[in-house]
Amino acid sequence: MESKWYTISVYSENNVGLLNRISGIFLKRHINIESLNVSKSEIENVSKFTIVVFTTEDWTRKIVGQIEKQIEVIKAYYHTDDETIYQESALFKIASHLLFDERQIQNIIKESNSQIVTVSRDFFVLAKTGRRHEIDEMHDALEPYGIMQFVRSGRITVTKASMPITEILAEFQNK
Amino acid sequence: METLNIQKKDSKTKKAIRITGAEAIIHCLLEEGVDLIYGYPGGAIMPVYDELYKFQDKLTHILTRHEQGATHAAQGYARVSGKVGVAMATSGPGATNLVTGLADAQIDSTPMVCITGQVPRHLLGSDAFQETDIVGISTPVTKWNYQITKASEIPEIFAKAFYIAKSGRPGPVLIDITKNAQFDELDFVYEKCTGVRSYQAVAEPNLEAIRSAAELINNAKKPYIIWGQGIILGEAEEELKAFVEKSGIPAAWTIMGESAIPTDHPLNVGMVGMHGNYGPNVLTNACDVLIAIGMRFDDRVTGNLETYAKQAKVIHFEIDPAEINKNVKVDVAVLGDAKQTLNLLLPLINENEHKEWRSEFDKKYEEEYKAVIQKDLEPTKPGLTMGEVIEQINKASNNDAVIVTDVGQHQMIACRYAKFSQSKSNITSGGLGTMGFALPAAIGAKQGAPEREVVAIIGDGGYQMTIQELGVIFQHNIPVKIVVLNNDHLGMVRQWQELFFESRYASTVMTNPDFVKIAEGYHIKARRVTERADLESAVNEMITSKDPYFLEVRVEKEDNVFPMIPSGASVSDIRLK
Repeated sequence: MESKWYTISVYSENNVGLLNRISGIFLKRHINIESLNVSKSEIENVSKFTIVVFTTEDWTRKIVGQIEKQIEVIKAYYHTDDETIYQESALFKIASHLLFDERQIQNIIKESNSQIVTVSRDFFVLAKTGRRHEIDEMHDALEPYGIMQFVRSGRITVTKASMPITEILAEFQNK
Repeated sequence: METLNIQKKDSKTKKAIRITGAEAIIHCLLEEGVDLIYGYPGGAIMPVYDELYKFQDKLTHILTRHEQGATHAAQGYARVSGKVGVAMATSGPGATNLVTGLADAQIDSTPMVCITGQVPRHLLGSDAFQETDIVGISTPVTKWNYQITKASEIPEIFAKAFYIAKSGRPGPVLIDITKNAQFDELDFVYEKCTGVRSYQAVAEPNLEAIRSAAELINNAKKPYIIWGQGIILGEAEEELKAFVEKSGIPAAWTIMGESAIPTDHPLNVGMVGMHGNYGPNVLTNACDVLIAIGMRFDDRVTGNLETYAKQAKVIHFEIDPAEINKNVKVDVAVLGDAKQTLNLLLPLINENEHKEWRSEFDKKYEEEYKAVIQKDLEPTKPGLTMGEVIEQINKASNNDAVIVTDVGQHQMIACRYAKFSQSKSNITSGGLGTMGFALPAAIGAKQGAPEREVVAIIGDGGYQMTIQELGVIFQHNIPVKIVVLNNDHLGMVRQWQELFFESRYASTVMTNPDFVKIAEGYHIKARRVTERADLESAVNEMITSKDPYFLEVRVEKEDNVFPMIPSGASVSDIRLK
């Protein structure tokens, strides 16, 4: 079976130790987590893990089954890139003198559709939100001039189809 | 405290009492109906032991000689009684010594609650004396775990722990409690947990799936049932029997499911798996509908998945959604509790006999009998076989003992030849294959079912891994019967070395101590048998003994267990020699 990018969305209680439990499921199967983001979700007191893996659908399905089995996981889903709207964010810290010494930098900023977050005497910071390849392109363009620091966030995703968590929770309340 | 989001039994009438965390822990256990726990004290759990001292008329604590023994004893207790087993230990090494038992209970779905002491909250993460991150360590081998750092958390966490351990697919839960939470006071009210919002213990039965299953079963020419421990955990023995009898379908078991239907039931065709019976293995690849109930298609059951039951439609009755399509792709999945789903299935099933199909199992049995069973049970060569010892125990105990086995050749022989007349009678370490399991598990089994005869059958290797638990048997005069089948080898590994490593016996030959003297050192009645002529009287003496009894049987040193599916081979390629 062919390997692909899959985004796993996990809705869970917000408890200490759950991240360890979930990452252990990947560790046990020797599958690398390509990207991980944990945040609050659309529901109060419910957390959302967004995990990106590159593997087969069969493995992804089994992993999602094991994740869902964890007591504090409410529900887990997996989706292909086509089924989601997704983005990543990146920050670039660059020496300020380059803005004046290297004219090309200004073109890169314009073309990449990035924002200047802050400028100081020594450095300025660029923020870029977009697809992975857009961030990679910007990184490649800036690299020859020297990047003082670079960081990229995990993927964040919303899905085209619904993930009806509220209904699951309501069902529990009404039992 | 974090939000628990659990459902509780309404108990507005209960009045809170002001007590310490340590006392609250005892009350939690009593509220859950616990009257027996296994454990080992130490610094970080001492406040709880102090309360145990005060409550000893209500709650018995058995001091095992090693924390691992406490977990296996709790497992043995849980497996015969269907109740939650409880084990307790201190922080650090006490806690890490629980890990093997937790892993065993996790893979074999045994309900168990382990309680560990922990260094005080203000010392967490400081590498304090006997501090270890047991929550981190035990995460992959527990169904759920939690660290209590405030006394006020105790009642809700204990209620949740017992609910999780017992409900759905059972499993082990670990609660780690910092010492300050044991000393501090709380207003204690106990309300049993009846639900956790993020956890669906059992799925509602899907009637459509059950109808599809019934249709496949009714139209099958060669249907075949393999049941597992799910029948025992779900207490669905009668439902399974009714289904088997009405449908006339031959039914085989995994070792975890053994004893759910009596051995001599005409439709019980035997054991599947690596050392299972010949017919049940090869006919897996001849059936047209395979009905798996409460089993998980472990690799020791299926052999090579590429050649496993490919010709058959597969129906899987299973409580755990994560097991569906995990190893074997199924045509119909019936999620839910086996008792409930089988009850719904039964009225939809046509009566049948499947005489011709069943006769194929009889024919295969004849082949196996001639090639293997006869040699094992009625040997003509001088050396004693493990099989004849088991057969003798069957006779002496009227096929009604609880048989507790360790891991290795003796385990496979015992599972193959022990006869059972009631459920929850075969206690073994199936999934994890934990050597050292049997002796402490037998202690728990005897205490969980005191009216029953409990016979531990152990190899000379595994016996020495937890041999110190003889101290518990002596101290509390627990009348378990211990049979060591001594071949002076790690027999199963030696067998593999013979078959697959050209007889290079690397570290499998054992120079053993005088086991009889060791037992006698613990004041346990002991006897050694080296000749066939003495076997019957020795086994009878053991079974009729009112006290604990140790029997060493010197068996052939280099016997092999057959049939055998070599690792990675197909069930069709099972070897008779």
